[in-house]
Amino acid sequence: MNLRRDSAINYLILGFFAVIALFPLLGVLSSALTSPSESSASLSFPSSLHFSNFVTAWHQGHFSEYMRSSAIVTVSVVVLSGVLAILAGYAFATMEFRGRSVLFYVLLLGLMVPEEALVIPLYFDLRGVGLTDTYWALILPQAAQSLAFSTFWMRTFFRGVPGSLLEAARIDGANSWSVLWRILVPISRPALLTMAMLVFMWTWNDFLFPLVMISTEKLRTAPLGLAFFQGQHTSQFSLLAAGATIVALPVVVLYFFLQRHFISGMLSGAVKE
Amino acid sequence: MAAVSTPTDRTGAPDDKRRAGRRKATKKSDRIAYLYLLPAFVLFGIFLLFPLIHGFWISLYQWDGLSASTWVGLRNYGEAFSDPGLRSAFVHSLVLIVFYALIPVSLALLLTAVMSRARHTKGLGFFRVVLFLPQVVASVVVATIWTAIYAPQGVLNDFLSAIGLHAITKPWLGDFTWALPAVGLIGTWVEIGLCLVLFLAGVSQIPRELFEAARIDGAGAIREFFTVTLPGLRPQIAVALTLSVVAGLKSFDLIYVATRGGPGTQTSVPAFEVYHRAFDVGQVGSACAIGILLTLLILIATVVINRVDPGESR
Repeated sequence: MNLRRDSAINYLILGFFAVIALFPLLGVLSSALTSPSESSASLSFPSSLHFSNFVTAWHQGHFSEYMRSSAIVTVSVVVLSGVLAILAGYAFATMEFRGRSVLFYVLLLGLMVPEEALVIPLYFDLRGVGLTDTYWALILPQAAQSLAFSTFWMRTFFRGVPGSLLEAARIDGANSWSVLWRILVPISRPALLTMAMLVFMWTWNDFLFPLVMISTEKLRTAPLGLAFFQGQHTSQFSLLAAGATIVALPVVVLYFFLQRHFISGMLSGAVKE
Repeated sequence: MAAVSTPTDRTGAPDDKRRAGRRKATKKSDRIAYLYLLPAFVLFGIFLLFPLIHGFWISLYQWDGLSASTWVGLRNYGEAFSDPGLRSAFVHSLVLIVFYALIPVSLALLLTAVMSRARHTKGLGFFRVVLFLPQVVASVVVATIWTAIYAPQGVLNDFLSAIGLHAITKPWLGDFTWALPAVGLIGTWVEIGLCLVLFLAGVSQIPRELFEAARIDGAGAIREFFTVTLPGLRPQIAVALTLSVVAGLKSFDLIYVATRGGPGTQTSVPAFEVYHRAFDVGQVGSACAIGILLTLLILIATVVINRVDPGESR
């Protein structure tokens, strides 16, 4: 009896907080599906499902362009920082060299530095070489900021690989390059996936860098586009809600499929933020 | 160290011979390691270390971003204490830390304590996914949603009117008293699930025997919590505090989209001041100083919080 009462309390608490977590998110989805004529200035509940807001936001709201920009920037950052982190993590995990701990601490510094401390000097540096208002102004700094976490992450994983496996490969005559790409990278697929997901999310959701670096409308990323859109559509929330749903959707869908990776990564990745 | 006795090292005193040999041996493997590190450190150096140092350099000047700059030394840093606008921005971010970190962590601890007595909860995976969801939604989207909820004709005011509290309805984000707590509560909403997920995972790792032993000793729920659950959750509390305090310190997106620091400067925070000073009022030196101060605060907070937890050695 006591046990059953305890578990009822558990469900009550969890259920209550699940509702709190979900209410605003489902609210925005339901508003997005409300027909524009029924739309209010806040969350609304549709009498019948309307998908026209998504079409309007996608075409007239330029979300197709914003999503394209976000996709280009995010995929570039994931690939660039991923490859560099694999190389650097490999060196830190398996090689002895002078200055190893100093270099590692320098890299760890990158975990602590907030983008607020970098964005202003970077804006003036990049403007000096004509790179502001290009995708490069987003890709290169964001890849650099992801490197600290990614290298740390890959180093931890590579260090966990049994040394005997690498020894055996070396005895077979494999050099360090092929040990990395033929043995270590294939077996670290889960770790690579987690890393890629997290970097994808951080880059996709980022707002400050696009806000500062991008002035051409076509180059705006999805969150930046949404922020501008919000300033213009205050009376009709259903269209704004459709835009917000579009922006959040890629990460949320990935999250639902790979939630284990997200949660374990973000929790062990306490080092990153 | 096979290279120690190679014949090429014949020069020099016997003692030096050994050392020279070792140096040579490490040098070759050093070079390979450096090649692997080079691309990462080039990118890291140009786009993170250099701007960090450049930012510090700019912070020593008074500069509007266009005309010539004037050296002012550390005066921009002194302003963090003397300039009332800036000082209140730092105070606001302390208030936000209460909402982002202290409330979610305490509340989640309390809930974990209540829940930990029943060990097996079916469907915990589902709740984990849902509770964690606010963490992965872009903060610009979160701000957009909550702006609509807090709007004068928003659902919060509708709800308050419906339960007979029409008197306290207000434009929450435009209210001088309520704007900051309203923004803070968005942070609470984002962080609470994270804390709960962390603590539930932590509790399941505490050895069962400890709970059983406590019960045999006749410990009640409260004593069990303080002698078993709380000490056992130390690592998770440290992680939760680190993540949420840093999130509270950085909260730029939320402030920019939801309030732009307003009404007046009631919700301005250091992260917002960095942007505002550099691009709205042309105080680039001061903006950079705030960025450096923010870095130091995050560094200090992270170190202090992880000191609290001696059990965790990375």
